[in-house]
Amino acid sequence: MLPLLVELPPLPTLRDTAFIMPEIILTLFAGAALVLDVALPRSKKHLTAYFSLIGLAFVAIALAQQVAMTASLLPISAFYGMLFIDGLSVVFRFVFIVAAAFSILYSIKYLEFEREQRGEYYALILFSTLGMMFVATSGDLIALFVSFELMSLSVYVLVGYFKRDKRSNEAAMKYFLTGIFSSALMLYGLSLVYGVTGHTNLGLISETIAGYVQGGTAESGDPRLLLMVALVLVAAGLLFKIAAVPFHMWAPDAYEGAPTTVTAFMSVGPKAGAYVLLARMLLFALAPMREMENLPGWAALLAVVAVLTMTVGNLAAVTQDNVKRLLAYSSIAHAGYILLGIVSGTDMGYQGVAFHIMTYTLMNTGVFAIIIALHRQGVIGENLNDLNGLFSRAPSAAVLMLIFILGLAGIPSTAGFVGKFFLFGSLIQSGKPWLTYIAIIAVLNAVVAFYYYARFARAMFLNAPSENIADASPLLLAPSVRITLTLSAIAVLFFGIYPQPLINVADIVAQSITTVYAQSSGIALR
Amino acid sequence: MVPLSWYLILSAALFAIGAVGVFVKNNIISTLLCLELMLNAANLAFVAFSIFQGTIEGQLFVILVMAVAAAEAGVGLAIVIALFRNRETLDVDESSLLKL
Repeated sequence: MLPLLVELPPLPTLRDTAFIMPEIILTLFAGAALVLDVALPRSKKHLTAYFSLIGLAFVAIALAQQVAMTASLLPISAFYGMLFIDGLSVVFRFVFIVAAAFSILYSIKYLEFEREQRGEYYALILFSTLGMMFVATSGDLIALFVSFELMSLSVYVLVGYFKRDKRSNEAAMKYFLTGIFSSALMLYGLSLVYGVTGHTNLGLISETIAGYVQGGTAESGDPRLLLMVALVLVAAGLLFKIAAVPFHMWAPDAYEGAPTTVTAFMSVGPKAGAYVLLARMLLFALAPMREMENLPGWAALLAVVAVLTMTVGNLAAVTQDNVKRLLAYSSIAHAGYILLGIVSGTDMGYQGVAFHIMTYTLMNTGVFAIIIALHRQGVIGENLNDLNGLFSRAPSAAVLMLIFILGLAGIPSTAGFVGKFFLFGSLIQSGKPWLTYIAIIAVLNAVVAFYYYARFARAMFLNAPSENIADASPLLLAPSVRITLTLSAIAVLFFGIYPQPLINVADIVAQSITTVYAQSSGIALR
Repeated sequence: MVPLSWYLILSAALFAIGAVGVFVKNNIISTLLCLELMLNAANLAFVAFSIFQGTIEGQLFVILVMAVAAAEAGVGLAIVIALFRNRETLDVDESSLLKL
């Protein structure tokens, strides 16, 4: 039976509230955006977007106050270990803010064009971002699960945002059903983790599991077997979320059916949130299960999934003609590359994961922004043929698109190459022969990927404009979008040639993963 | 007192029924019910572990999961209504505009 709590720990102080200041501000702005939507007349609804962007700017400023805390590299625990702030959480919250801001910026004209300009769209993006930010700061299974669901639920609604569009409905339904199914798998796995360890705090779980793995307590059978079941369930739930093979089937449908701006958002924001959750679970709570005696650890499991994911993703992308489906498969392949960094378990691998996610955010939103611009022009822009002759119609957009596509392909002198170099290099650096073979498969995969990325370049630069293009006028890119795209393209090239500044940022993430693992008990319940 | 293993067997059985139901059922409402069953199977496991270990976190978790499940049901039914308005069927197999 439950023991009575004899001594209550002291209440969270104002200090702890200061740690979630960015999230508090974001909650206020998201709620205010909903109210603003009701208050504004129909013709002024787009002001909610600018309001949301201002909100994100305030959140970024509040978050900047926490940058100094990561200098010590020691995680800071708040609210009795329910939340903790480390380098990883600070860096990734900036990534989420950038992803949300870009998505909002690229959405304004698109929603106007579709006559679906409503404030709730922006509020939902902000709520989803809020969920992601709490995922990055959670130090407890309860907080992780609830914040992750906040992130996912907002995106389910966004995917089905075009209520009258059958494809949007269908994509929302498929995404929703697979999403909840994976959440249920993960939740059941978490219940087993809780049952075996008796804790929901990530640090305490890690400590307890480390004891079991070393064979500490075995009076009632081997707890590792139940932990293996829990691990498989949790990993399956997480792999669903990042659309890793064999749990990827929802991704192409959801990406194709969703409004293009939402596709852009969900391919970077919630995806990055899922990677953070994966890192927290596998590299922290279940870290002692990486490799175990007599039992396969998660490193082997994840290695198989990573190889399958990149191979299936790349091969399936080759035959696609729909740009959104193609990019969905390309994002599946990129999920495979990112898993490699986690499998390698070296500092270089973690740096690669962080670096690749950061640059992928820039490149993928950039590609989608151009596709969105095509849509506005009256061409749907979802078929690869719609890009035909883009260079002669809109040279600057074609060049920007080319830079982002080359970045995604990982051509040297773009940031995509540096990310891939770190991820693949970490496998070889780890010194294990089986990881070297995986690195060879990964490089072969990157070669396959060149083919379908080159199709973009051929369509834009070599093919003549299609006959069926109704409107040959230049693309309608708002000045703000054009400036943002140019800056992202410059960033992609700059970090491709001189990656050191971004590597330093990625190193903060890598260091915080290794320190947190090294002193897992340090952030336990105070 | 009922031993822990009984609770866990019941919870595993409920979870399996729900998981199988998701794949077998064609009606979206039935699928949603099966998903709720899976979530509640996990809840049962949490409560059982919580009581037998004498820790309170499991019960806290369950209350929050119930709130999340309610929100999920809200979003899910909203999607179902939007889908039904556009195509007048709730059969999952007939939703096939998006194909490989």
